[in-house]
Amino acid sequence: MSLANRSCVTGIGETAYTRGATATAFELQIEASKKAIVDAGLTPKDIDGVIPIGIVSGTADDFIENFGIPDLRFSAVVPHGGASPAMALQAAAMAVASGACGHVLITFGRNISAMAHGNKAGARIHNMPQFHYVTEFEHPMGASAPAQLYAPMARRHMELYGTTVEQFGEVAVACREHAILNGNAVMRKPITLEDHRNSRMIADPFRLLDCSLESDGGAAVVVSAAERAADLRHRRVFIAGVAAGHPDSPGSITQRPDITSLGLAKAAPRAFRMAGVTPADIDVAEVYDCFTYAVIRQFEDMGFCAKGEGGPFVSGGRLRLTGALPTNTHGGLLSQAHVWGLNHIVELVRQLRGDAGAAQVAGAELGVVTGYGDMGDGALAIMRRE
Amino acid sequence: MSDAIARPPQVPTALSRAYWEGAARGRLLIQRCGACGKLRHYPRLLCDACHADAVDWVEASGRGSVHSWTVCHHAFHPSFRDELPYTLVTVDLEEGVRALGRWRGPAPAIGMPVRGAFVARAGGVDLVFAPVDN
Repeated sequence: MSLANRSCVTGIGETAYTRGATATAFELQIEASKKAIVDAGLTPKDIDGVIPIGIVSGTADDFIENFGIPDLRFSAVVPHGGASPAMALQAAAMAVASGACGHVLITFGRNISAMAHGNKAGARIHNMPQFHYVTEFEHPMGASAPAQLYAPMARRHMELYGTTVEQFGEVAVACREHAILNGNAVMRKPITLEDHRNSRMIADPFRLLDCSLESDGGAAVVVSAAERAADLRHRRVFIAGVAAGHPDSPGSITQRPDITSLGLAKAAPRAFRMAGVTPADIDVAEVYDCFTYAVIRQFEDMGFCAKGEGGPFVSGGRLRLTGALPTNTHGGLLSQAHVWGLNHIVELVRQLRGDAGAAQVAGAELGVVTGYGDMGDGALAIMRRE
Repeated sequence: MSDAIARPPQVPTALSRAYWEGAARGRLLIQRCGACGKLRHYPRLLCDACHADAVDWVEASGRGSVHSWTVCHHAFHPSFRDELPYTLVTVDLEEGVRALGRWRGPAPAIGMPVRGAFVARAGGVDLVFAPVDN
């Protein structure tokens, strides 16, 4: 049984994205969830599947309690960091296509600002079991944070393929331009390639403007069985292809055979084959942007360009709204907000409904969204509007 | 300096105890499958080739070549603030696995021949690589 076109994203919801939020992570998650359910034309009691992302706030049981869900038939945990939302689309698509349940809520909320100082990215990952090798062997030498773990991947890509600082900057500038068009983005000040180059170095080759935000907020989507989506509020947005992949040696990053090619490279051919399309058919892309370099590499892993040509691919404004492949039309993790990429899924649905406002890609019918987490796990979904 | 912030601790597990005991004596020990001989680093419970759990340990020479690196300009843990900037290097060891270490020397380059050794510091040891002549 193929999962192609068996499910739809029927509801989307987001809180305001901010820094310094006063609401708790669970309050933010509940707010986004209610919005997504109402957006679908459902009530909270209609939800019969829940995938809480990361379980950094509410659990599936918390949603039964607060929504009075009479019969939750499906729940899952997808523990792969920023890959989790796109991987959750795969789990949700399987759940509704099989008939296990009808409407799956995928939901996330967090309040970084309220966490104790010392809970920034460089400290947080050492509380996560999947990073135990980093914690034991690398953190004590000063390889503590995602920026420091991704940087050698980016450096090797630059050395082998000639990828440049300006090409990283192209990604940062495109995301910022799009964030400015979005009424709900943390970063609203224009930046240039020169601003990018002049931003302070964090972990060479990553400058400040290569790094995603630490921000607060919630986001949620509802995935419904395709036949049940027909009666709901919006034009249907089908999950045409979805797949996940993991790098070899996910935990000990240094041991991966090719540190410049990760789990998405395994997943992408499966998703495109399922959808029956090729990268050339894609109108709009929402690509997980923990770092600028990660976007460049994911275009290669997905086959939008050949290995090593991701830098030239993103150059010349291709990713901007006026370019050939508008990408991260909401501003991404780099400039809108960091909610583990659930905002990328929300934005792709908005684009395919034609509801993306000033950032709308004219005539967008087919799009791709990626998730990328835990330094190498990857997932993608190809979506098509009805 | 009595008020220095301690580095994150090096805490051996049952799986890694031999590695850390070797490190304390200045020896870079790598797990070797007791059944098929495949080397693996970091320590794992099973050989990912043959799934045997029998293990012995071999001492690596420390020789290898640069695979990649990063120069750290921001301290994500306060204990590293006084060391900025510092360079982390990923090395292809001649035995066939890679190792992460600190770098001492001029700017690294991919393929540059290096040699590494453990260097004692307050609270632990660092694996430190430096360039060598061919």
